Amino acid sequence: MTDLAHIRNFSIVAHIDHGKSTLADRLIQETGTVQDRDMKEQLLDAMDIERERGITIKANTVRIDYVADNGETYVLNLIDTPGHVDFAYEVSRSMRAVEGSLLVVDSTQGVEAQTLANVYQAIDADHEIVPVLNKIDLPASDCDRVAEQIEDVIGIDASEAIQVSAKTGQGIHDTLEAIVHKLPAPTGTLDAPLKAMLVDSWYDAYLGVIVLVRIMDGTLKKGERVKFMSNGTIHHVDRIGVFRPAMQMVDSLGPGEIGFLTASIKQVRDTRVGDTITHEKKGADKALPGFKPSIPVVFCGLFPVDSAEFEDLRDAIEKLALNDASFSYEMETSAALGFGFRCGFLGLLHLEVIRDRIEREYDIELITTAPSVVYHVYMRDGTMMELHNPADMPDLTHVDHLEEPRIKATILVPDEYLGDVLKLCQDRRGIQMDLTYAGPRAMVVYDLPLNEVVFDFYDRLKSVTKGYASFDYQMTGYRTDNLVKMQILVNDEPVDALSTMVHRDRAEMRGRAMVEKLKDLIPRHMFKIPIQAAIGGKVIARETLSAMRKDVTAKCYGGDATRKRKLLEKQKAGKKKMRQFGKVDIPQEAFISALKMDS
Amino acid sequence: MAEDWQSGGFGLYVHWPFCAAKCPYCDFNSHVSRQIDETVWRDAYLSEIERVSAETPDKVLNTIFFGGGTPSLMSPDLVAQVIDAARRAWRWSNDVEITLEANPGSVEAGRFAGYRMAGVNRISMGVQALNDADLRRLGRIHTVSDARAAFDIARGEFDRVSFDLIYARQDQDLDHWRRELRAALDMAVDHLSLYQLTIEDGTAFADRFKAGGLRGLPEDGLAADMYDLTQDVCGAAGMPAYEVSNHAAAGAESRHNLIYWRYGDYAGIGPGAHGRLTLNGQKFATEAPRAPGLWLKKTRSGNGETERTALGQQDQAYEYLMMCIRLSEGLDMRRFERLLGQPLDPDRLDHLVQLGLVTVDGSILTATPSGRTLLNSVIAELI
Repeated sequence: MTDLAHIRNFSIVAHIDHGKSTLADRLIQETGTVQDRDMKEQLLDAMDIERERGITIKANTVRIDYVADNGETYVLNLIDTPGHVDFAYEVSRSMRAVEGSLLVVDSTQGVEAQTLANVYQAIDADHEIVPVLNKIDLPASDCDRVAEQIEDVIGIDASEAIQVSAKTGQGIHDTLEAIVHKLPAPTGTLDAPLKAMLVDSWYDAYLGVIVLVRIMDGTLKKGERVKFMSNGTIHHVDRIGVFRPAMQMVDSLGPGEIGFLTASIKQVRDTRVGDTITHEKKGADKALPGFKPSIPVVFCGLFPVDSAEFEDLRDAIEKLALNDASFSYEMETSAALGFGFRCGFLGLLHLEVIRDRIEREYDIELITTAPSVVYHVYMRDGTMMELHNPADMPDLTHVDHLEEPRIKATILVPDEYLGDVLKLCQDRRGIQMDLTYAGPRAMVVYDLPLNEVVFDFYDRLKSVTKGYASFDYQMTGYRTDNLVKMQILVNDEPVDALSTMVHRDRAEMRGRAMVEKLKDLIPRHMFKIPIQAAIGGKVIARETLSAMRKDVTAKCYGGDATRKRKLLEKQKAGKKKMRQFGKVDIPQEAFISALKMDS
Repeated sequence: MAEDWQSGGFGLYVHWPFCAAKCPYCDFNSHVSRQIDETVWRDAYLSEIERVSAETPDKVLNTIFFGGGTPSLMSPDLVAQVIDAARRAWRWSNDVEITLEANPGSVEAGRFAGYRMAGVNRISMGVQALNDADLRRLGRIHTVSDARAAFDIARGEFDRVSFDLIYARQDQDLDHWRRELRAALDMAVDHLSLYQLTIEDGTAFADRFKAGGLRGLPEDGLAADMYDLTQDVCGAAGMPAYEVSNHAAAGAESRHNLIYWRYGDYAGIGPGAHGRLTLNGQKFATEAPRAPGLWLKKTRSGNGETERTALGQQDQAYEYLMMCIRLSEGLDMRRFERLLGQPLDPDRLDHLVQLGLVTVDGSILTATPSGRTLLNSVIAELI
């Protein structure tokens, strides 16, 4: 155990590519935590997908021992946090586990949107924030401009920003000194009942579920019996340790410390982020504030392209679900797509991450159907059903009314983009609740239907604000609205996987946009194909994809036979990636792309 | 029982890989070289003919085709020695068709008499366009008047002279093509090859096209209209299409090329040449290295082939289908079924019939004129 005065807990807030991982690597290296010969690039990024998308999905952590210039040894704990609005709750828990943040900004680029969203989380968590200007070795580096921008946009003092090149190592020592002297030590009481916050958890094939914790009060020791307060489950603690970044076992963790425990827990589902862990006996009577169980808000169908891979998909989904409590699934059958799963996610990014992992780690090609939110359908007989899938919409004669989920969306945007943001929110059926200014930036609060946001709102927001808006939302409740199910007919046959719920007033516009998109997404066939949007039996938009005019090889002689045959075989294999609806082949990307709106 | 290849016959293809200049649209195996030692090439061709004929002693030779490259850069003497070797190697059918591809340059025209003496009885000339501006854009080194002069000389020497044109060129419209096609029909004897310009990967045109060049190429609708126009104009002039891009008066078809489309056997000799040979009842695909030097080297060690692949049932059935459906005479579905071991899918066939893209008459499946402009899709639907 380390005394509180010699502990510093911090996170690093940075935009993609601004050098967060490299800086973390240098801090680890400079303090000798990892021997040079064991040093690999980007020690903390575990998954390929995280690396590629430049996002962190699971929290990673490392404990560093640092002998400061004053001769004293400090324990520095770095938590690398997820960085996306889908995981806003997880981020907020990670932020509560530490007392300060390094705000890393690329001195050649300046502040970006993702930085803002996370830095506000850090400010909300009362963090001390140390600005770090990275990449000063590059010729385009402009520290004065970027420091000024940090002050203007974020409103924190950047006059003592540390100038760093994580690449050359310049400024790394200054950064470590700043962590020690500028960030506050944690608080906590040694002899109070144990309160440990569950920061994150993941599954390890050898150790079972590994639980990352921050000790708030009390002491956690190996061999103790602990209680997870959200569900009351009792576990026997097998191991306690810290990450350096490899696992190192310790006997106990005290207040202010960050480490892990294992307790023969089989499923990640049983360990919920934000939960409070205490002792079974003489435990804390009140849990830490802020815990909420994660509830999937976006649903979509996942179907194997090759229907023979259904069992493989089941296997993959079950394995992923073990490690992700926020992901839900149930079997689904579709007339068009066969057997698959209806899955629930925290948001669109979460959906994409899971889909990518199934495709990559399990090598199963997927068709993803239109994402949907959960509607409440009130029947004439007074009952209510939850609708996760527009295809399951009951016959209208039995339906009394529908309710849809609403959110409170908070958007921070530089004022030159304010008009575009307001237009976007209005276009998505938003109701303005607040508009204030914080320096040159506006804070806009809107009440929006979740189904207008889940799909491509964030993409559109980034696009209209050139990435300078930050966005966060929370669910507020359900409200009745005039919602209808819109079907899409391709070559006169309904394609259930393209059915969506829309507001009646916007149905024509959405229908028109979708049939126009599909006209571009479906390749031309040998015959013309009508594409229609319909509500009930009434067609509200129609396009016709004209027939292909020319598809013939001009020259084909004896020397061409082999090549042309191989081309034909390849083409045949490519056709497998499309789904046949009647006589029409629809490429798998069409099911998602058709829904993206250009405005 | 007769072997499958006998429905198509047996021909010999000889590849001459050199050109005076490389054309920017051409993806054939052609090279530009200043110094060519014909005796080396003669030895190579002769040893290859000997090697292949030793494997195929019972085959009767129907046709020989000198392709390239520019075979009219070969000396008549070399052509004569290759033909003589083929005469010694195989039994010949009664009237063996011997075609030589020629470019319409003045040097080549001077050799036509020599080719006739060597045994060549058909010339296929790469005229490509009948206006000088387009010839230049196609990178051709001859003019229209060169072509007309060479063509006249060829006609003086040979009964059977065909020529090629490339259409659907940059900035070409229907009227422009109609006039040029009429002029071509006035000039033609009884055979014409009319190809729509295709941007092939690995050519200079492909690079330009990818870089945003070659503007004004007709879009698919116009190209299809041009194709339809070609069918109408040539049909009215007594030269209907017997294959997607080949037109002839009755009986004047290229018999060598019919062997490919009817999926017969052919020996392919020369750099990059492909062959199809049925040996002991098994059909093989043969291939030779594309680089002239490497091919020569391999022939000196006794075998110019790099690869010989046994073709499975499905390979043969698909090749037969995609080659033979190009012909106006259509393909025999019974033959397809014998090759594959199962018939064409009746539902898909019916769908194509409903769309008016193919017709079925007994066991003969024929692409309609509109089916022929979508032939790749039709083939893909059938397999």
